[in-house]
Amino acid sequence: MDKTQLLVVVGGLLFSIGLAGIVVRRNALVMLMCMELMLNGVNLTLVSFAQRTATSEGAVLVFLVFVVAGAEIAIAIPILLLLARARKTLDVQAYAELKG
Amino acid sequence: MKLLLIPLLPFAGFVINGLVGRRLGRAFVSVVGCGLPLVSFALALLSFRELSAGGTPLVEVVYTWAAFGGQPFEVAFQFDRLSAVMTLIVTGIGSLIHVYSTGYMKDDPGYGRYFAYLNLFLFFMLLLVLGKSLLVLFTGWEGVGLASYLLIGFWFEDADKARAGKKAFITNRVGDAGFLLGMFLLYQAVGTLDMQAIDAAFASGSPPAVSASLVGILLFIGACGKSAQIPLHVWLPDAMAGPTPVSALIHAATMVTAGVYMTARLSPIYVLAADASHVIATVGAATAFFAATVAIAQNDIKKVLAYSTISQLGFMFVAIGVGAYGVAIFHLYTHAFFKACLFLGAGSVIHAMSGEQDVRKMGGLARRIPVTFVTFAIATAAIAGIPPLAGFFSKDEILWFALGSASGGSPLLFAVMAVTALLTAFYMFRLLWLTFFGAPRMSAEASHHVHESPASMTGVLVVLAVGSAVGGFLSIPHYLEPMFALPALKEGVESLEHPVVYLSVAIALTGLAGAWHVFGDLRRAEALRARFAAVYGVLAAKYYVDELYDALLARPLTWISKKVFLDLGDRALIDGTLDGMARLARRTAGVLARVQTGQLQLYLLLALAGVVGSLWWTSHV
Repeated sequence: MDKTQLLVVVGGLLFSIGLAGIVVRRNALVMLMCMELMLNGVNLTLVSFAQRTATSEGAVLVFLVFVVAGAEIAIAIPILLLLARARKTLDVQAYAELKG
Repeated sequence: MKLLLIPLLPFAGFVINGLVGRRLGRAFVSVVGCGLPLVSFALALLSFRELSAGGTPLVEVVYTWAAFGGQPFEVAFQFDRLSAVMTLIVTGIGSLIHVYSTGYMKDDPGYGRYFAYLNLFLFFMLLLVLGKSLLVLFTGWEGVGLASYLLIGFWFEDADKARAGKKAFITNRVGDAGFLLGMFLLYQAVGTLDMQAIDAAFASGSPPAVSASLVGILLFIGACGKSAQIPLHVWLPDAMAGPTPVSALIHAATMVTAGVYMTARLSPIYVLAADASHVIATVGAATAFFAATVAIAQNDIKKVLAYSTISQLGFMFVAIGVGAYGVAIFHLYTHAFFKACLFLGAGSVIHAMSGEQDVRKMGGLARRIPVTFVTFAIATAAIAGIPPLAGFFSKDEILWFALGSASGGSPLLFAVMAVTALLTAFYMFRLLWLTFFGAPRMSAEASHHVHESPASMTGVLVVLAVGSAVGGFLSIPHYLEPMFALPALKEGVESLEHPVVYLSVAIALTGLAGAWHVFGDLRRAEALRARFAAVYGVLAAKYYVDELYDALLARPLTWISKKVFLDLGDRALIDGTLDGMARLARRTAGVLARVQTGQLQLYLLLALAGVVGSLWWTSHV
């Protein structure tokens, strides 16, 4: 197994751990962190392939992802703050108003 | 143009009074409502003069409605001698009754609506009598049915009156089915609905290849409905729920005679159809006799007159049945006068009695309302057949041809009609006696209110009474002879002509004497009724025909409609299917709605499962 393969597997693992975290954890803050984990799994994959193919597009794309992730957190944290203030909890199961 | 205007003017009256009559006030409605029919009458007189001068029928083609097959379907009017007689009766007596209505309906809130309907009726009736094609006649035929329905149910707030209107309309549908089938057969056989062409085809040496008797009987079924013959007579007595002038115009003088007019108009068919003619004579005689017996036992002044009308229509159909078409129209014409006079007189009596129609609560009115009394008495004598009043001439001729006609006349038919004539005289004089003679039997308050009707009503009564008195001197059968030859007489009956005349005079006088004797002293009438209580009960209940129809037709139909069509068809099948589909959708949705827990993580898990599943599927399948 060469280095790139190893890195891609690690990226996939990071993504899977993040996804599993989002699905199973109930704390909204932890879910946000897991989301970051998924984004970084993707980033790792992007730079690995950029390294392998000796091109720069993948590396550039990583910066784009960083920006998007930063913007997302900047909005998500205040939302969570407001939710926590309204309900006194960060448990997502408490937010089930759209139940059918 | 003139012929078109005759029906169109009353139609204009209908439109004007119907649309703006309410807003323009009673005077305006009266002028439009009476004026336009009077102009129509004047136009009819002008056309009549033209017809007399030229001798050939006036024909006016207004519009070609459809052109296919051999002959186009045209809206065309024809004014020949028969149409002339009918048009003059309809517009003349119609106008008189319009004038009478201005007095009778004076205080009714629906004044404008009433005149609109009455004008609408005249429009359709004139279409009926002027139409050259059976199609135009049929349009008028249905239209007068509509106007009759609207006017019977004129006071529709009263559920019984509205129901009487429906009964008339529905009973007529039965007859119309026969009429339509007859028309279809005629069109198939002759290829046109133009009545002159049909008559010519049947009168020619080689008649169309269709059973004249079948066509004749089908058309007669239609005539039965409109002209209230057994078994479709049940609607006419109930039709008395309408305002009295309506009963006079529609249910005595004009509309109910449409069947007689139609059969006379198509008489060449009946000349060929001996079987159909026998049926007509038999039904006519049975109806005349049956209705006359019922009329004896009725206590409602209008019901007596209604059964009398049915009976007189039976007389007309007997004349048709024995081939004396001109005589039938003659009786139609005299009947229009005296029966209109009787109904309007009854209206005047009801007016005087503040709405009371029961003759048991009348009596002694002769001095109190003299004009009504005199005109009513003249009309009564006319219908009873006392010479030289109008009814005598026409009824005598019917009796004569019932005996002597070579096509269907027989001693039995004559005997039935003679007895019926006796009954007619009896029940009419009974009505006269109970209403106008004897001691007053009304309450003191009603007696206090008794008053003679206004001039608009009594004037019309006088005109009609004069018509009933002298109308018989105008020999309609002679006038119509170019169209309807009188039937050939049987051999050896010529010598009986004078005895028949004497007999019919004797019959009328016997009826008068009998009624005088029995009802001159009411104790005698009471004793007679007690002795024949069973017979009286059957007659008073009108032979239980309504009850019979109710048990045989109405109730089974209601049962089938309710149990089969409503419960099984509508509720179980149609509603059940729709409800079932709705229930299925709701239940499925209920199951699926459980997925919508509102839990973000569940959605995510499901989405993930979906992505994994579809990835797996695309890579393995």
